[in-house]
Amino acid sequence: MGGQGDMAFTPRDWGWQPPALTPEYRTTVARAPANPLLRLPPTPSELSGPVFGHGDVAAGDNDLLHNHAAPGQSAIGERIILHGRVVDQDGRPVPGTLIEVWQANAGGRYRHRVDGYLAALDPNFAGCGRVLTGADGAYSFHTVKPGAYPWPNSANSWRPAHIHLSIFGTAFAQRLITQCYFQGDPLIPHCAIVRALPDPAARDRLVARLDLEATVPFDSVAYRFDIVLRGRAATVFENRPEGM
Amino acid sequence: MAERSDRLRETPSQTAGPYVHIGLAPTAAGIDGALADLGREIAGDAQGARITVSGRVIDGKGAPVADALIEVWQADAAGRYGAEGFRGWGRVIPDFETGEWRFDTIRPGSTGPGIAPHLTLWIVARGINIGLHTRLYFGDEGAANDADPVLALVPDGRRGTLIAAPDGPDAYRFDIHLQGEDETVFFDA
Repeated sequence: MGGQGDMAFTPRDWGWQPPALTPEYRTTVARAPANPLLRLPPTPSELSGPVFGHGDVAAGDNDLLHNHAAPGQSAIGERIILHGRVVDQDGRPVPGTLIEVWQANAGGRYRHRVDGYLAALDPNFAGCGRVLTGADGAYSFHTVKPGAYPWPNSANSWRPAHIHLSIFGTAFAQRLITQCYFQGDPLIPHCAIVRALPDPAARDRLVARLDLEATVPFDSVAYRFDIVLRGRAATVFENRPEGM
Repeated sequence: MAERSDRLRETPSQTAGPYVHIGLAPTAAGIDGALADLGREIAGDAQGARITVSGRVIDGKGAPVADALIEVWQADAAGRYGAEGFRGWGRVIPDFETGEWRFDTIRPGSTGPGIAPHLTLWIVARGINIGLHTRLYFGDEGAANDADPVLALVPDGRRGTLIAAPDGPDAYRFDIHLQGEDETVFFDA
């Protein structure tokens, strides 16, 4: 079935989410709409969304160390577990939702036909994975910590180590793509993409924390990254002004 | 109308970046043998009139955005979302050189009294900090479009940006302008 069609969601907080135009991140200059978003009343088109199941995700799809590796091989790099929970704004778990991730390898090189960075590809690493959250909203990936990489923004721009995450939730209104960074990375405060977020607290929310308890001794360091999707509207929408 | 202070804040969005295909369309990225692509078929073999939609995403300088990724969400021919056996969701990526994309699906039914048939589209790309929601309405549904409550919210001069032009039999053309004179209407959904 197509999600919970009668549920309205809390409006997005546009002082917290990144604005479209953030000139320090140069590509936004020609790709940011100039008009404000038009506020939609809740309709079934956004209050429903696709449902994914075990036909879409195989066991092992969340193991990036091995899902592109030759038999007996694994990816090179710092072995990590990235895990956390997906909840809504009231802290309710979001079970059975699809999370997809993609990332560079340990040297900062992406397995993509348009990435020409001189760092080498790892023959045993593709950098993509997917998983469904469990009944408690929990998810986990096993991968390598990605490397920083340079990008043509300013004369000397480097992305911090990051993993891209795509999350569906139960409705298209909750659809979200984000990036998680790693605790203590000194590149984070210099990154124009991170700085697209106006609120320092929002930037901090994207930093995955070292999670010693979940670390597997003599195997993998663990990082925790929890995800919050829009929650049910606290009040009826109809009395709110349209537009923004 | 203050939010309760104990509510959590939504995870902040970040751009999908230039390599979004690795995660969401791995075959297009050039990756074989890790994960199968999801969302290549929107309607599968569901009943309904087959249609094709083509277009480009265009930036504020008039250049095609060849690294965009579009997701489509739609009702079935009877106007139902997520009906048994009908996913109604898919992913579309442009040609990496020309920026042209196209997808095949079925014409959606009206999802309620007075609601014109439409597709919901969500666009992400490098340089887009948070995914953009828009809608595609059909240019040959004039009377239904005139009555549609969402189109009625759109200022007259911009409504046409949401209406796909018929482009041959069972085909439509829908260019998405991120910025500029013909800027598409995007929604806070």
